[in-house]
Amino acid sequence: MEEKKLAIIATKGTLDWGYPPFILASTAAALGYETEIFFTFYGLQLLKKDLDLKVSPLGNPGMPMPMGMDKWFPTLGLALPGMEGMMTSMMKKTMASKGVASLEELRELSQEAEVKLIACQMTVDLFEMDTADFIDGVEYAGAARFFEFAGESDICLYI
Amino acid sequence: MADQELDASGLNCPLPILRAKKTLNGMEADQVLHIIATDPGSVKDFEAFCKQTGNELLESKEEGGKFHFEIKKV
Repeated sequence: MEEKKLAIIATKGTLDWGYPPFILASTAAALGYETEIFFTFYGLQLLKKDLDLKVSPLGNPGMPMPMGMDKWFPTLGLALPGMEGMMTSMMKKTMASKGVASLEELRELSQEAEVKLIACQMTVDLFEMDTADFIDGVEYAGAARFFEFAGESDICLYI
Repeated sequence: MADQELDASGLNCPLPILRAKKTLNGMEADQVLHIIATDPGSVKDFEAFCKQTGNELLESKEEGGKFHFEIKKV
């Protein structure tokens, strides 16, 4: 049975958007897929050694909130200082209590399962990021390099 | 009976599968891994896992509020 290929393009750098790429990649790798993730724009935040991702209630309609807040709390109130921090720590607590792996763990498991992590060189240059802040084992390349793999992939996802 | 046991209780998707894959990697062919999980999604997950990887799902049952799986490494 020939190995299937999964290509993921990760463009977001928040807690809620950080999970899908790593969960899908690690699971696919566990099922025998050859997997590559291309991190571009804010997706590069997922490659930092010290992950400090937040989740914002703003601009996230449909996000479940405690005490039914998503039904009655005014959107403007979500922009108040401290709201983002509060929502982030609440979400992290809920995940921990339900046995959901941390992003660091999922990322480590992905690398262990030989998922290739590719960082968009252009974005690194654009935002003047320091590659010393990124984890080891990351390949720095451009879109054309990614298309080498993505063009042959069975599944290609844009997250 | 089982050559190794993996307790994935309290762990949610995709951890049971990932832990199982890691444990199986360190086992010999024809050895059996007994997995205990509490994640209800793990039933379908392990079915798919075995189908995709070719490992044999010998048993899948619910006992005492937990899910038990026996997988033979191929």
